[in-house]
Amino acid sequence: MPAFLFKRFVNAAGVMLAVAFLAFLTFRFVGDPVELMLNEQASQQQRDELRTRLGLDKGFVLQFATFVGNAVRGDFGISYRNQQEVFTLIAERFPATFELVLVATFLSLAVGIPLGVYTAIRRESVLAKALQFISVLGVSLPSFALGILFILVFSVNLQWLPAFGRGEVVQLGWWSTGFLTASGRKALILPGITLSLFQITLVMRLVRAEMLETMRTDFIRFARARGLPARVVNFRHALRNCLMPVITVTGLQIGNLIAFALVTETVFQWPGMGMLFVQAVTFVDIPVMAAYLIVVSFIFVSLNTLVDLTYAWVDPRLREDALSGGANAR
Amino acid sequence: MPAEAAKPGRLRRFLDSDIGWSFRRTPAAWLSTLVLSILILTALFCPLIAPQNPHDLAQVFIDKAEIPPIWSADGEWPFLLGTDPQGRDVLSAILYGTRVSLIIGFSAVLVSMVIGVSLGLAAGFYGGRIDNLLMRLGDTVLSIPTLLMAILVSAIFRELLPPGLRDPFAAAVLVVSIALTSWVQYARTVRASTMVERRKEYVLAARIIKVPAGRIMRRHILPNTLTPVMVAATLNLGLAILSEATLSFLGVGMPITQPSLGTLIRIGNQYLFSGSWWLVVFPSLQLGLIVLSVNLLGDWLRDALNPKLR
Repeated sequence: MPAFLFKRFVNAAGVMLAVAFLAFLTFRFVGDPVELMLNEQASQQQRDELRTRLGLDKGFVLQFATFVGNAVRGDFGISYRNQQEVFTLIAERFPATFELVLVATFLSLAVGIPLGVYTAIRRESVLAKALQFISVLGVSLPSFALGILFILVFSVNLQWLPAFGRGEVVQLGWWSTGFLTASGRKALILPGITLSLFQITLVMRLVRAEMLETMRTDFIRFARARGLPARVVNFRHALRNCLMPVITVTGLQIGNLIAFALVTETVFQWPGMGMLFVQAVTFVDIPVMAAYLIVVSFIFVSLNTLVDLTYAWVDPRLREDALSGGANAR
Repeated sequence: MPAEAAKPGRLRRFLDSDIGWSFRRTPAAWLSTLVLSILILTALFCPLIAPQNPHDLAQVFIDKAEIPPIWSADGEWPFLLGTDPQGRDVLSAILYGTRVSLIIGFSAVLVSMVIGVSLGLAAGFYGGRIDNLLMRLGDTVLSIPTLLMAILVSAIFRELLPPGLRDPFAAAVLVVSIALTSWVQYARTVRASTMVERRKEYVLAARIIKVPAGRIMRRHILPNTLTPVMVAATLNLGLAILSEATLSFLGVGMPITQPSLGTLIRIGNQYLFSGSWWLVVFPSLQLGLIVLSVNLLGDWLRDALNPKLR
């Protein structure tokens, strides 16, 4: 087990280092940071001072080491655009993105699992086939187009729900939440659904495939033979055995959802990290871009590693495999 | 074999083969092929079909601005799907935009396939340190969300180009940034089958008679690894078109002067609250239709070529 743990951590650290290198390259070579940070009237002396202060006169390797050291401490420098600390900017926007992703994850499980079970149990019914087709449709229509169509129907025509923003938010320390006000909750509905649609189809297909597999096994046949009611067989026996991969995929997808939220946030003018990033891209605000890349990749890589570790912890076979170098075939 | 004689025979042979039989029997497959062919042909020949060239200012009339589609009360011939605030015909803009989207999508898949297949062949054939390096590189690419990576790469490339060249090279930048984020899948599949093939006797025989390594990879091994690559390419075409549309929608893709479907949706989005719904709905539907047909075709191809499901 310790060897396995160590290997996973080294892997994760390696990936993060590669990401940091990419971010550093962007920061260092896309435009001259000194030119971007000072105005045109700055004297040569001011330029040199800033160059020294940013450490740009040092060697390449040393610069990269400083960059990584600062990033580990949460110091991503100062935004070119509004001269604020990048860390504060991201911390301000993080709650909005997190709440959106939370709602989308909840929706994907609450809707996806029942639909998956239904399409597996009533495989031949018309409704199940229609749902299967709709799921292909859901993967094919891009989420931004769906979001716009939602705005068109529910905000412009019916005027039921707000088309942009978070509504009223309540500050709890540094965290701002939209869950506590009616307008905040209302504002979450459309972006939440838009972000979750792809996820719903994913969970639905996964649950369906797993259910079909489980329904063929002996213990289900045996449970049927014992005369247990269909409800108990389907939900208590079959579904329970399908939940493990669903939880894994949901965990892994949270990182993707955070990244994908930037599209939803742009459509709904949602003041989260993603919109900050898209704005930074249009203004070539490189410290913000680099910081966003590092933060999102960090979440992504941590989740991946965490899921791997949980798996090894839950499933003893994997632990054995990892120790003996995969010699113990299942 | 003379091409004229082979052509009808080949079609016949395709329809009689296992795959052809499955193709004829699956409505989703031939329907999506039909729809896709129509969409591709209308897009390729858009200068002949479209009522108007939306990029030619002489053909655009500002007094015909924001006309709704033909079936509403204020509709006007020949603007079947209405016009935008500059007086451009929406249908023509969609046809031209589809051409841009399809060209970028196909090129991105082609480029990423070439990158992925070459790296996969090299990794599988040489093994050892090269293999390790290439696969670690692939792991790293996969450990960053694809969309994020594509946005970043395209932003960097744009920034590195001199301002005057940014618009003419926008399509090339998109192709490169989508290709650089999607080659790993090809590399992995090709590597896996190359590792199996290189131990087979025909490869050993070729090695013994001193066929150069590059030639063995290209002429001997490559043809035996292509089936899964074709499936991956079809499914990735849908993804590539979606990525292009998403990037253009976010404003880091095609410029307004040569709009793709994503750019058209971005433009239409600005008029959402002025009631001109047709500006955003029709490009979205066209985009959805393309990706849907590609996905259905890819799903069918995957099942049809999977020996386990036969």
